Amino acid sequence: MSTPLERDLIRQSAATLAEAIAEGEVSAREVTQAHLDRIAEVDDRVHAFLHVDGQGALATADAVDASRAAGELLGPLAGVPLALKDILAMKDVPTTCGSRILEGWRPPYDATVVERLRAAGIPILGKTNMDEFAMGSSTEHSAFGPTHNPWDLDRIPGGSGGGSAAAIASFEAPLAIGTDTGGSIRQPAAVTGTVGVKPTYGGVSRYGLVALASSLDQAGPCTRTVMDAALLHSVIGGHDPRDSTSIPDPMPDVVAAAARADVRGMRIGLVRELTGEGYQAGVEQRFREAVEILEHLGAEVVEVSCPHFDYALGAYYLILPSECSSNLARFDGMRYGLRVGDEGDRSVEEVMSLTREAGFGPEVKRRIMLGTYALSSGYYDAYYGQAQKVRTLIQRDFDAAFAQCDVLVSPTAPTTAFRIGEKVDDPLAMYLNDVATIPVNMAGNCAMSLPVGLAPEDGLPVGLQVMAPPMADDRLYLVGGALEGALRDRWGHLLIEEVPSL
Amino acid sequence: MSAITRAEVAHLARLARLDLAEDELDHYAEQLDVILTSVARVSEVAADDIPPTSHPVPLVNVTRPDEARPSLARADALAAAPAVEDERFRVPRILEEQE
Repeated sequence: MSTPLERDLIRQSAATLAEAIAEGEVSAREVTQAHLDRIAEVDDRVHAFLHVDGQGALATADAVDASRAAGELLGPLAGVPLALKDILAMKDVPTTCGSRILEGWRPPYDATVVERLRAAGIPILGKTNMDEFAMGSSTEHSAFGPTHNPWDLDRIPGGSGGGSAAAIASFEAPLAIGTDTGGSIRQPAAVTGTVGVKPTYGGVSRYGLVALASSLDQAGPCTRTVMDAALLHSVIGGHDPRDSTSIPDPMPDVVAAAARADVRGMRIGLVRELTGEGYQAGVEQRFREAVEILEHLGAEVVEVSCPHFDYALGAYYLILPSECSSNLARFDGMRYGLRVGDEGDRSVEEVMSLTREAGFGPEVKRRIMLGTYALSSGYYDAYYGQAQKVRTLIQRDFDAAFAQCDVLVSPTAPTTAFRIGEKVDDPLAMYLNDVATIPVNMAGNCAMSLPVGLAPEDGLPVGLQVMAPPMADDRLYLVGGALEGALRDRWGHLLIEEVPSL
Repeated sequence: MSAITRAEVAHLARLARLDLAEDELDHYAEQLDVILTSVARVSEVAADDIPPTSHPVPLVNVTRPDEARPSLARADALAAAPAVEDERFRVPRILEEQE
């Protein structure tokens, strides 16, 4: 049983906890221990974590407490614990990417994101569950079993970062890191009633992020409030010379934007192609209501058309598998990870094929073969080449829309959380979950999902997506902060406070 | 007409170094056909004169000073290897027997 104080600690925002730690009202150790206790209490039902590093997290917390005692200035999130998606390399801590092929692998180095979290004094509670190598929209493609949505344990928490979103929504952690290749931060945020941000491509270093599709992958914050996302975003963001795609310009001040939380005078574009057919009625309803609130708050709302978004899903499922089939060639059982069948006089090729057959799950195999197909001579121009041209046209649609509007909005996902098992062997139905989030990855700009209510028909959370131009991440926080504030005023609390107790 | 045959899937699996079982070949042939038929919609877009985009944020000639820095120690590099011999990665034979 947890004491009332401990229960209280896990329900606070990261910003509140950081302030309490800095003021000495509570120690970083107490905060970290409260979350470790919560994980021990509920994670057998949620299964958000693949590995819990209690010792490491408490050591970081103790170091923060010692710094404070020594009168040192603490960073803005010092001592506030975090859940890390299991796709980021963390030295000496198991990193599986949700795959048997990496079971037991302990990286010999830290990802840049992890390095920055450590430097900020953020205790890392453990590694969170995910669809294998981030391929999926439900976390059912994890080799280690699905994560359960805290709103209804029979339902999916989204994917691929379902573990990070579920950890946040079940109060196991106030902060988490996700990665978003086609919606893997935003769609889980939408279906768990939490906040998720995909930063501008190049805004957060990919060094040490195990690559799925290098031109699309981006790490970002998962939190319960917009301000917490901004604080975490500013810890992990910024230029990294070890990532050649990292943007050298200074990143916008997202924390100031979250504090300003003002949409007065902004032009907000409603993307015609990201509503209508295929979108659940309750999702559309809550989305429209949220847009009305933005109008009330002083924004001007106009409808815009992005005609090539209709082709984004198709182009994505050619570009992503192509990059992934190449990136995942490194899992060959030679230098790290699983090796199967290395006996008798089997050749290296046979051992590789046996290893990859045993180590990869069905979705990974499907996408590797799709990519191999799309890149084969004879098909290259019709598939991969054409998809790259469509990618250009999607970027141009965004350019035209952002010439008229400061930000664009849409529902984050077409439906609320579906039942575990419902779509697991129907790849096309699964892919449709990302229909509204994929265009942003294709163009490289930034987007946020934030909760805007529960769908009347099923009582499950609905997310609204805000999209902004590249390197205008601050606009996400202006809009997100304003909308979150207005909804909190209306409800008297954050939506996440309505989540059933586990 | 199906976009992809079972024989083609077997060929792709060989290229991708996946030792698929017989029943997997049937299953994936069916699923890949559905997916490829769907994604082939990209061909409806008239894009002959459109330049391709391989990367969302074009940065070119990204360099850094050519300075020696510490790299991974040999023991660290070998620590996770499935098999090690004489402080090297041990791998299965790489040549055919008759060679």
